[in-house]
Amino acid sequence: MASSGWLKLIAVSNLLAARAQMALSLGFHIIFAEIGIGMPAMMVLAEWRWRQTGDDVWLELAKRWARGTAILFAIGAVSGTVLSFELGLLWPRFMEFAGPIIGIPFSLEGFAFFTEAIFLGICLYGWERVSPRTHFFAGVVVAMSGAASAIFVVTVNAWMNTPRGVTLAGGRIAAVDPIAGMLNPSTIQQALHMALAAYAATGLAVAGVHALMVVRGSTRRFHRAALVASLSIGGPAAVLQPISGDLSARTVARTQPVKLAALEGQFDTEVGAPVRIGGWPDVDARRTRFAIEIPRGLSLLAFHDPAATVKGLSDFDRELWPPVPPVHFGFQVMVGLGTLMAIVAAWSLVVLVRGRDILANRNLLRALAIVMPFGFIATEAGWTVTEVGRQPWVVQGVLRTADAVTPMPGVVVPMALFTVLYIGLAAIVVMLIRSMIAQTQ
Amino acid sequence: MNAIFGSIGLPEIVAGAIMVALTGYALTGGADFGGGVWDLLASGPRRDEQRRLIADAIGPIWEANHVWLIVAVVVLFTGFPAAFGVLGTILHIPLTIVLVGIVLRGSAFVFRSYGRADRAIVERWGLVFSIASVVTPLCLGIVVGAISSDAVGRAASLPVDAPFVERYVTPWFAPYPLAVGFFALVLFAMLAAIYSAYAAKTDALREDFRRRALATAVLVALAAAVSLFGSTSAAPRVARGIMTAPWAAALRACTAIAALSALAALVSRRYHVARLAAAAQVTLILVGWALAQYPYVVPPSLTIREAAAPTLTLELLLVGLVAGALVLIPSLRFLFKTFVRIDDVSP
Repeated sequence: MASSGWLKLIAVSNLLAARAQMALSLGFHIIFAEIGIGMPAMMVLAEWRWRQTGDDVWLELAKRWARGTAILFAIGAVSGTVLSFELGLLWPRFMEFAGPIIGIPFSLEGFAFFTEAIFLGICLYGWERVSPRTHFFAGVVVAMSGAASAIFVVTVNAWMNTPRGVTLAGGRIAAVDPIAGMLNPSTIQQALHMALAAYAATGLAVAGVHALMVVRGSTRRFHRAALVASLSIGGPAAVLQPISGDLSARTVARTQPVKLAALEGQFDTEVGAPVRIGGWPDVDARRTRFAIEIPRGLSLLAFHDPAATVKGLSDFDRELWPPVPPVHFGFQVMVGLGTLMAIVAAWSLVVLVRGRDILANRNLLRALAIVMPFGFIATEAGWTVTEVGRQPWVVQGVLRTADAVTPMPGVVVPMALFTVLYIGLAAIVVMLIRSMIAQTQ
Repeated sequence: MNAIFGSIGLPEIVAGAIMVALTGYALTGGADFGGGVWDLLASGPRRDEQRRLIADAIGPIWEANHVWLIVAVVVLFTGFPAAFGVLGTILHIPLTIVLVGIVLRGSAFVFRSYGRADRAIVERWGLVFSIASVVTPLCLGIVVGAISSDAVGRAASLPVDAPFVERYVTPWFAPYPLAVGFFALVLFAMLAAIYSAYAAKTDALREDFRRRALATAVLVALAAAVSLFGSTSAAPRVARGIMTAPWAAALRACTAIAALSALAALVSRRYHVARLAAAAQVTLILVGWALAQYPYVVPPSLTIREAAAPTLTLELLLVGLVAGALVLIPSLRFLFKTFVRIDDVSP
């Protein structure tokens, strides 16, 4: 009996280690992936302005951004490779099961990424080797294929949340329809949300860096160009993101009621449920404490009807609940930071559209410096919501995470290895980018 | 031959696509790893120039070259999900080392290229870059050796609670896979030396890499002989294929011609020919592996047909591959035309 207890313990810790390694790898990669989508768009914009105006400040900007992008894209490429292998190393049974469906969007993503890598090489290293026209064209291809690869990858995640196109017989897939799988009810909402997140996070982060340098006394004209270009990409995305978030939340309400209940801390089924700001879900007492409640807010937001019924967690088997506190907390962080970003972005756009000098508006520059990291933090929080919020399932309602994990014991070892590796890499990347930024003072 | 061509269907075509991607990876990404080997072994009066040549050659293209591997993995898990599950489970350890190697190689390379010009820092990253460039191809070869020796397939059929070492270590940590690992390493190093000799701008530098290419060409022949000899006992399926199958004589002859042509071209300093011949040699070696293992993805039990995904998936995958190739082939041509030296040294 004792030995079976040990075996069970090992199995549990193995699952936790595999989940931790996957969360770490995704959480690490997603930052670089977002930058790989956002930076090329901004570089292309700067290059386009240079071609239009002939003002060399735009060219300098495009070239400086290219140096940083080269490092960040390389880290994104290698950490993405890690993920494609980890699907099989950590979740072999998930891949045996889901490969025939999600492999199709992954293949398309592979080709989009291939295209991006090819033309990024030309963009970063080809300034003297190809004509300006060709260089600009290469930049456009990079920006487009970056966005396309994000959309394809998110299609996979959308399928895990709302699987379609699978016919099951005795726990195994009897027939697949990958197209139906790709066109599942979450794809459009999630892809839109992720793409906007990438532009908003990257754009506002870059704007924040330049704003901070101006606040600290740098007077270079270069920063104005940088702010205009980064806010032109990140600003509209940040303003539109709450609308896309509403679309996503309503889809979750319709298709994943348990996730909605967890992210809102909604324990009891309620007609005209309130929306909760903050608070701590007390899972044992089955109530969310210390939250500011706006009456009927949740029903209104989730179903666009103040009298709608919102299902609470108590309506579902306790065993099917995701870990409620991190999901609720993650959602609060995402929405809170996203809202602040939207406000600062709207303010910046008003200043830009009115033709005012953005460098003269110290308060706006300070606000931009403060929201600088918010987009990436919100992304991590949002990713936590969608992934932890789907537990205990890896494919909602079809395959449990515990049934998908590798049978190999001792996953804690590679988990520790990748943790050390990624912490080290993150530290070095931050150091290098900081020294690059310092050079532009 | 007929036995093979008679049974070509969708699964076999998709399996062929994986081999194309792996060949693409060996010829481009493999050579990038080989470049790292020469970075480690850079020596003599032109040590820094050798390193600079390698860095300049790899810089613009290594990320694109690297994607061949991702394509191979993605097509494998889409088309043959059962095989992907087995490989990911049994070969967890060497594949994890490959991943760590890939991460360190790529990041060390950009850190060195874009870091501060501090010489100590540059050298430290150079060391990480080059060590990772040795370890990764070694492990990739080990993985191939382990699969082709039937050890992975046999380990997969052991009960889940079989001893850890028996299931997750001995299938790949054995003399034959290690020999194949060494074979892969010297093969990639040879490719890199030949490509570098072709790309070098000065005669002195070109001679440096020519000598390295000649030395590794000899090592490749040795490693091939050792692997083949080892396969007679450790991987009889491969040995049988390469020695006695109906196609074997023709394939052996072609490989030998390619290898000797590469050698002769190096001796007579015709680098353009050497490059093509070496690429043909590597391609033929991979073809030999694929044919010897046919019809298994993971021998001795999992065949291409058994592991294949449903037909609709394979059809869509094939459409995707064709569409992707239509975009990629001209793009890759453009990339290489932009960055690889085009002016010919030899006739």
